[in-house]
Amino acid sequence: MNPSPGTGTKCQILFTVNGEARKVLAHPMERLLDVLRNDLALKGTKEGCGEGECGSCSVLLDGMLVNSCLVPVVQATGASIVTIEGMSAQALMIPLQEAFLECGGTQCGICTPGMILAAVHLLEKTPEPAPADIREGLAGNLCRCTGYQQIFEAVAMAARRMVRK
Amino acid sequence: MRADPAEFRLVSPGDLQVVLSLLASEPTEWLPIAGGTDLMVLYSAGKLPNRKLVNIWNIPELRQIEVFPDTIRIGAACTYTALRGHDDVSREFPLLAAAASWTGGIANQNRGTLGGNIANASPAADSLPALLVYDAEVTLISVRGNRRVAYRDFHQGYKQTALAADELIRDISLPRRFSGYVSHARKVGARNAQAISKVCLAALGIIANGAIRDARLALGSVAPIPLRLHETERSLAGKKIEPSLIGTVRQSVEREIRPIDDIRSTARYRAAVAANLVVEFLEKLATERTRA
Ligand SMILES: Cc1cc2nc3c(=O)[nH]c(=O)nc-3n(C[C@H](O)[C@H](O)[C@H](O)COP(=O)(O)OP(=O)(O)OC[C@H]3O[C@@H](n4cnc5c(N)ncnc54)[C@H](O)[C@@H]3O)c2cc1C
Ligand code: FES
Ligand code: FES
Repeated sequence: MNPSPGTGTKCQILFTVNGEARKVLAHPMERLLDVLRNDLALKGTKEGCGEGECGSCSVLLDGMLVNSCLVPVVQATGASIVTIEGMSAQALMIPLQEAFLECGGTQCGICTPGMILAAVHLLEKTPEPAPADIREGLAGNLCRCTGYQQIFEAVAMAARRMVRK
Repeated sequence: MRADPAEFRLVSPGDLQVVLSLLASEPTEWLPIAGGTDLMVLYSAGKLPNRKLVNIWNIPELRQIEVFPDTIRIGAACTYTALRGHDDVSREFPLLAAAASWTGGIANQNRGTLGGNIANASPAADSLPALLVYDAEVTLISVRGNRRVAYRDFHQGYKQTALAADELIRDISLPRRFSGYVSHARKVGARNAQAISKVCLAALGIIANGAIRDARLALGSVAPIPLRLHETERSLAGKKIEPSLIGTVRQSVEREIRPIDDIRSTARYRAAVAANLVVEFLEKLATERTRA
């Protein structure tokens, strides 16, 4: 990357997205969210608030849950990014999907990709979460439909099923 | 109006000296960006005045936590997650670890940094009362060299700090002499994660021979800057924790703070809660001692 491009200059950014090496040409202050959605056509990452409050734009950046609306794309240079589209490769994904369906954890679905990413981030670190851990792990993700209880139950159910395996 | 990324520069030299030279070359033009959890919100709302930003998220020197015999030195770009996950920090500085645990949700804690919280200098910032009671010192760095400033002298007025335009916060040092203290951290807000405090408290205390030997109290959101309650602390020194003390402490806290009415709360509510939190701390201090 050119270390000092002028205003209005796009720069080339290399990173790994869902396991594949990708190259984009973008303004350095473009939000990672917009690059994922517009340049890479990964529309599973949603924009809710655009100000870090709702978690619907959550992705994993080098394994860390982040709100992609607050990440300037230059800060993702060289990083490994996982979006909801990359989750199907995850062992946790099937139990989470089943549990979300069984518990009614999804209604309109806008919050769901972020909820799933936050849940995966939690369960990777804490495979047997207490109810308080689930609430804390998902505290940054807002849902206007379900009332949350169904989502908490779904995450608890997926965790129980994973541990039993 | 949403910001147009084409109007902004963001450079990412990845090297501390290069960042400092850039800041020195055109001071006030360049703005450092760490986790972006304050700046990107402003940027997206079209409210960021600067057009030139320099990335400090990828500067290794700013991401270290070093443990020395007398101090722990926290790199300014350490995230809340790094603070919570550090054994010595969470054991010896639980007030800071507690503040980190409620600075937004997990995604915010994975990006937000202690240096960003300090430089942003909000009166409601959650980690700053803890820095006051722990006697934190910040190291500022520029091409002119390093200087160390006590945190209590760093934050000077509403959103005003001692940071010069060509300086970065390099690290925050905490003296390792508070592990024997009883500590109490509380945030009162709409909820813990993702809500700005209406009032937050960081308190330390130690009892000797049945009386308070030392009490250290700091509150957020009750004045233009995070506030250490020196007068109340003095009035507590040497006293037994008894019902008669509680009334005078309430009055003292209410005299010392300068809360305002705003969208999140009223001055009256803040004063009542601030006094309640200090009383709650004293009750905890009294019971912890009985248990010991
Ligand atoms: C959803 C959400 C919830 C939040 N909740 C809370 C909360 O509960 N409590 C709370 O206190 N805050 C909260 N915040 C605010 C924010 O997360 C913190 O203030 C955080 O510590 C900022 O750090 P940053 O690295 O993201 O700062 P940035 O946005 O990168 O920078 C903030 C400011 O600090 C300057 N700066 C950063 N690092 C340095 C440095 N090393 N030297 C000099 N200047 C520097 C920047 O130039 C900028 O002016 C929240 C934010 C969001 C979006
Ligand atoms: S869109 Fe990013 S947190 Fe709401
Ligand atoms: S299902 Fe609609 S926002 Fe959560």
